[in-house]
Amino acid sequence: MTEMTYRQALHDTIRAEMLRDERVFLIGEEIGVFEGSYKITTGLLAEFGPRRVRDTPICEEGFVGAAIGAAMLGLRPIVEIMTINFSLLAIDQIVNHAAKMHAMFGGQVSVPLVIRMPGGGGQQLGATHSQNIEVYYAHVPGLKVVAPSTPADAKGLLAAAVRDDDPVLIVENLALYNTRGDVPDGDHVLEIGTAAIAKEGTDITVVAYSRAAAIAVDVARRLEDEGISIEVVDLRSLRPLDRSTICASVRKTTRAVVLEDDWLSYGVGAEIAATIQEGAFDFLDAPVRRVAAAEVPLPYAKSLESAALPDAAALVKVVHDTLDATRFGR
Amino acid sequence: MPRLSDTMTEGTIVRWLKHPGDLVKKGDVLVEIETDKATMDLEAYEEGILKAILVGQGETVPIGRPIAVIGVGDETASPATTAPSSSVEAAALSPTVPSAPASELPEPTAIAPESSRRDLDPTPMSPPVFMAAPLATLTSPLARSLAKRNDIDLDTITGSGPGGRIVRADVEAAIACLAPPNASSENPNSATPDEAALTRRPSTSEDDVEEIPLTTIRRLTAERLSESAKAPHFSLTSVVDAEPLLALRSEINESLTTDRERISVTDLLLKACATTLRAHPEVNAAWGVDKILRHRRINIGIAVGLPDGLVVPVVHDVDRLSLTEIAHEAHLLAERARAGRLLLEDIGGGTFTLSNLGMFGVDHFTAVINPPQAAILAVGVAKPEAVVRRGQVVARTTMKATLSIDHRILDGATAAKFLADLVRLLEHPLGIVT
Repeated sequence: MTEMTYRQALHDTIRAEMLRDERVFLIGEEIGVFEGSYKITTGLLAEFGPRRVRDTPICEEGFVGAAIGAAMLGLRPIVEIMTINFSLLAIDQIVNHAAKMHAMFGGQVSVPLVIRMPGGGGQQLGATHSQNIEVYYAHVPGLKVVAPSTPADAKGLLAAAVRDDDPVLIVENLALYNTRGDVPDGDHVLEIGTAAIAKEGTDITVVAYSRAAAIAVDVARRLEDEGISIEVVDLRSLRPLDRSTICASVRKTTRAVVLEDDWLSYGVGAEIAATIQEGAFDFLDAPVRRVAAAEVPLPYAKSLESAALPDAAALVKVVHDTLDATRFGR
Repeated sequence: MPRLSDTMTEGTIVRWLKHPGDLVKKGDVLVEIETDKATMDLEAYEEGILKAILVGQGETVPIGRPIAVIGVGDETASPATTAPSSSVEAAALSPTVPSAPASELPEPTAIAPESSRRDLDPTPMSPPVFMAAPLATLTSPLARSLAKRNDIDLDTITGSGPGGRIVRADVEAAIACLAPPNASSENPNSATPDEAALTRRPSTSEDDVEEIPLTTIRRLTAERLSESAKAPHFSLTSVVDAEPLLALRSEINESLTTDRERISVTDLLLKACATTLRAHPEVNAAWGVDKILRHRRINIGIAVGLPDGLVVPVVHDVDRLSLTEIAHEAHLLAERARAGRLLLEDIGGGTFTLSNLGMFGVDHFTAVINPPQAAILAVGVAKPEAVVRRGQVVARTTMKATLSIDHRILDGATAAKFLADLVRLLEHPLGIVT
């Protein structure tokens, strides 16, 4: 075990995979000479050279398309899209090509592509640079979408993604890059499609992923002092979704709240809530609640931005509301 | 009937100028109304068809009473129109119909989502629960399945969740009440002077009376008490010298390590009752209608008062537990009772019941038997009293123990022997721990 930042875990895993498999190469904006907009790919151009670390112009549709082609022909690209916001420029390539090639070609070709992209707001980057639109991709059959919340999971899921023969989107989060955690040494590969019980509990289930999972664990620890035992389910994968872990938890606790950074309507939480009522209906003592971002384009002004993003206080309130609705502790 | 003058309280219909079926335009005079001051014309406020006249010529009604109905649907429109509503309010629910003349259809009013709690502050980030007006009692899925498994009729339960929803806690409370509760009460026949005064003076207005709906616990308790009233009760009281018992308690508590629960008087009483019941198996019995049932195990229920009512969790096999084990178990049960989380096994299987009202300063009381048990022990406060020892009046800390018995199961002599042995044990309490 080594303690390191989320950023470091990503960096080290990319490097380890490039060393392990010479078909792995990197492509994206500013990843080489600039060493990465968020410094994930520091030193890799120097180590592996320009054939394996390719800087591109600002042309998401172009370089994602090129990566898809490369993957179809046997390479294993790791694409970096600077933020998930810019993926919209390549959404046709991702959804109509990467996701569907394998099926539409009758299995003749695979697309072992990895696209890494951070999402999230809170850095005053404005409405078009602060979105959490991973749900757009989680909706698409043919794609896999993962969202690690800890450095250890970043390593495990990235390694799994590179080795997966299907296109995998890794949704990182700007707010998580500097967080620290223990990371297993050596080969550490998680199974895509498995959620983790980040904290065990008995009174209420909080389902979350990425930054929200980190918040949920923190809230869970604090509320222990109030005598509330929260079980945190960290999804880790949005597609495939680990429905059985979610439902097993709610069957145990009988109460559920989703914490998500995306907007409420039609968000990831909507799928979680539907899953819970399908899989744990007879065990629900209260409706499933969702805590999400306010449905506005994210403001630039810091005070407004903070008000629009879901935070620990919002989660605490809804946890209390749900417990009260079931006369918990009376 | 509109208020046509500021002193008007009622109006009389003089003459209707429009009749059902007439098209009415805004401003048309509908009717002549006689007020306290003069006869005045009432003009239509809205355009529509006069559907019905509710108050006829010559009738007088107070202001505010509907006198006519004007509809806004057009019955003569194309067949694609759905049946027009008969009142302006009902029009809110009618579907928008493309072919009806736009001027005659009101804006469809959305059915506003009813917040499930009046004090909810819906932020855009965590929506309130949208609930349609319930057609039946709301029940959470969990409560429903728990009730089904325990054969509880949901109609007998009052929900305490939002909007009156029945939640698990309510069903568990109902389950807890299936065990006969112990209602420690005075002789029901004697009313206090205040009560008597109230019954003599009937309430003259609704303000004098506050109606409190029965909670599940309260209703089931009442049913149980009524059932218990069938058993012919008699009671025996003894005064117990409590000093040796209290001294033993202090000594034990001092010797305990810090993480153990303190022994209470109730714990000592439980153990003493268990020991005495072991020696008097005829008291550890129940009424079986055509037979008497003697229980082999000694399971003693402890009356726990909750805001909602009384529950009686049971400590099983008290005679086989040590004092510290009894204390631990009693403590756990009381906590679970207060949290409303008693399990079915916590409240079932009692063979005898103990009620201690000493902490409320009650000297003496006669408890009502827990049917179908044979007996119940009621214990009062331990306090210094003047007693006679060797011809002298001295102060001793004493407490009164009252045994209520079902006369169908036990006679006076048998019960008295039990009580005597119990008192002797309490006054020589080392026997409790040996």
